[in-house]
Amino acid sequence: MSAHGVGLDRPGQLVLLSGNEAIARGALEAGVAYAASYPGSPSAEVLGTLAHWAKRFNLYAEWSTNEKVALEGAAAASFAGLRAIMVTKPDGLNVAFDFLTSLSYSGTRGGLVIVVADDPAGHSSTKEEDSRGLFKLAEVPVLEPSDFQEAKEMTRWAFALSEELGLPVGIRSVTRLSHARGNVTLGPLTGPGGRPRPAFRPTDRYITLPPAHAVLHRRLAAAARAADQNEFNRYRGPEGAALLVVTAGPGFRYAQEAVRLLGVERWVGVVKLGMSWPLPEEFLIGHLRRAREVLFLEEVDPFLEEGIRGLVAQRAAELKPLRFYGKRSGEVSGPLGPGVGELNVDVAIAALARVTGVAYRPRPQSYGEEARRLAGELPERDVAFCAGCPHRASFWALKAALELDGRRGVILGDIGCYSLGAMRTGHYALRTLHAMGSGVGLASGLGKLSRFGFDQPLVAVVGDSTFYHATFAALLNARYNGARFLLVVLDNGTTAMTGHQPHPGTGRDALGEAAEVTSVEAVAAALGIPVQVCDPYDVPLTTETVFELLQEGGIKILILRRACALLAPRMMARPRARVLPERCLGDRCGCNRFCSRAYGCPGIYWDAPAGTARVDQAVCAGCGVCADLCPGRAIVVEAPENLAPEVLEEVRQWSLPRALST
Amino acid sequence: MELAKSPLNLIIAGVGGQGNVLASELLATAATEAGYRAVVGETFGVSQRGGAVMSHVRVFTGDAVGPLVPRGQADIVVGFEPLEALRVLLDYGHPGARALVNRRPSYPLAVLHGEAPYPPPESLAAAIREITSETRDFPATDLAEQAGNYLAQNLVMLGALAGTGWIAIPVGTFRSVIAAGFAGEARDLNQRAFALGLAAATGEGYSLR
Repeated sequence: MSAHGVGLDRPGQLVLLSGNEAIARGALEAGVAYAASYPGSPSAEVLGTLAHWAKRFNLYAEWSTNEKVALEGAAAASFAGLRAIMVTKPDGLNVAFDFLTSLSYSGTRGGLVIVVADDPAGHSSTKEEDSRGLFKLAEVPVLEPSDFQEAKEMTRWAFALSEELGLPVGIRSVTRLSHARGNVTLGPLTGPGGRPRPAFRPTDRYITLPPAHAVLHRRLAAAARAADQNEFNRYRGPEGAALLVVTAGPGFRYAQEAVRLLGVERWVGVVKLGMSWPLPEEFLIGHLRRAREVLFLEEVDPFLEEGIRGLVAQRAAELKPLRFYGKRSGEVSGPLGPGVGELNVDVAIAALARVTGVAYRPRPQSYGEEARRLAGELPERDVAFCAGCPHRASFWALKAALELDGRRGVILGDIGCYSLGAMRTGHYALRTLHAMGSGVGLASGLGKLSRFGFDQPLVAVVGDSTFYHATFAALLNARYNGARFLLVVLDNGTTAMTGHQPHPGTGRDALGEAAEVTSVEAVAAALGIPVQVCDPYDVPLTTETVFELLQEGGIKILILRRACALLAPRMMARPRARVLPERCLGDRCGCNRFCSRAYGCPGIYWDAPAGTARVDQAVCAGCGVCADLCPGRAIVVEAPENLAPEVLEEVRQWSLPRALST
Repeated sequence: MELAKSPLNLIIAGVGGQGNVLASELLATAATEAGYRAVVGETFGVSQRGGAVMSHVRVFTGDAVGPLVPRGQADIVVGFEPLEALRVLLDYGHPGARALVNRRPSYPLAVLHGEAPYPPPESLAAAIREITSETRDFPATDLAEQAGNYLAQNLVMLGALAGTGWIAIPVGTFRSVIAAGFAGEARDLNQRAFALGLAAATGEGYSLR
């Protein structure tokens, strides 16, 4: 919806944008020519938005097969003189990291901006890595926008700064900016007319060799000057505040709100940094000179805290004795401890209250006591596969096959919606969960241990998008070095977790145009690995197929192919499941409420007063797996009524991604 | 029209897949068009898959505020699901808070698996009333079905919110934001759902006529 605001050519207009859209708008205002990313939450909407506007603004946007390729492509555009942006989550910066540490040595030409959206608290991630540490390690300057307007302005500035320094410039966003929304005043758009013709000039060389390290350090000295002289360093508070809150990113707003709610405006000042590395040393020293105490509010690691404490040690002669409060000393802590979980306004308020000794009581202490008594224990709400999700059926079949096999088989997984295979909704199927494609690498290790007596069957699972991103080298290694395992590709025809982006198997590119299809089957054939396809909704056949493949041994690929249930035709035109009351015996059946209790699909629940299972039509996707699994055959699936034959055919076929069905 | 206070803190509480993100975006857009400033904090991605989700919407004038409502400071809780409405109120509510609740429960996995009971609906309703100054509840999922699709309960609830007058945003502003934000069938459906929610809240009956 608000993607509309991103492309508006109305300078001065106030619009509502997410942080990711604001970053995209900043890139458009800077005249970006090349954009690349691999989808990762919470960063995915930056490239999605740029792709949406790519034709109109004559820019190139792609979903790359992984982040290293994405960064190499963006750097190439920079070498040729164009402005380029690469977008990722921290996991992806890890993937691109080898190239990034080389790139800072070689330097860049056209503005190159690397946007990393961290996910403190891991709202949609497996870990909460702080990318500022990576930028520092790669010796790349990094900026931290605090709100939506800054996200746009900083992105625009980052391109110019990159060109000035001859270095890539990082932007560290976080979930509470990327996936939050707020007001942004639009600036002028740069038309497609003014771009240079890309070329390698006769003298251009981008060579990573040790002597380049000294050049890099000269560039970083210029970056440190830029850190001190930019509009994004801000101070809010009284002249010469005794207590300084030092912050960057959304922590700025949390800090201001905490100061306001505690009523300590008269003696607490908030220092907000624009660049987190290198530090704006003179700006900081200027404020620290008059302070007695410093409280650090930042997301995840004590990154500024450690850097500034180092700076203070080095410049001690210019300063009064200072007392520090933060994650190192423990005053800044969420419920899981300092340095764990996200910084939010409540953590900021608690930290400031602790340090200032000012009490904070937003409501009577007894609030909610009576309500808790009335409602009783509130059941937790675990994340769950969607109703009709093919992964639920796939994990059921895999576990059933391993039970039948009886040799204590192990399922190894990685990152995607199917990570939920490690949880209740996935029947606790996964035994390992690490980086993209790591289940395959681990299987290629375990699959060679039979010489030492390891005799458990191995199943690695990956999603289709992950298959293209991160498994080829592990598969090649497995085949080359003789590992044995079954690779199951959970092919739902999309990159589901991050918002249904296309990948090399879908036949569509980032702009929705037709693209060459590389099927999983074709890759398997090229690697010389036998491959089969099965429909996970057919649980009995899938179970049998997995069982047989495990008996055969060797390295095999099984594709479990069904479209993501969220992509199926919505609601009105889909099959309807229904429990037949005369067949469902309820607790007299002996099934122990199999459909809801064991299979655990949110589309079917136990109707206690009626003593029978019931389908929730507002949730059920009509996949029919429960009908197959019900021991009493009490569930039926009916085609939707009053549908034209061709629509009915489409409904019947909806599981097959168009590009993959041919 | 003027805001009752600034920032006015609202939280939409629900379950992944219920359309929190869209509802909060429409509300914040309407607030912006009505001349206020707005900020929305939420999570999506894998957290949406059947888990509890919250969208924090803060409508304000003057100095910018952060995207998250501090605990104990939510003025309005819009519950797309009753259990989640109570859960959010317990953390974020205060005695002056108001609640707008969809009556239709969505059962957590632990309940489906038979490991925990879902609180009786009348106890949930009583608990919510106990900690709010005013609570109104609606059969929003049923109204959405009447509008043509269960999924549109988020627009029913938005219509109901507009109908309460708890936020000083003209109904016409909501209508124009919906009209501008969608096209074709989705626009028709969302307009019907909004109208049904609005009618339910203003007491003008649920009928499409």
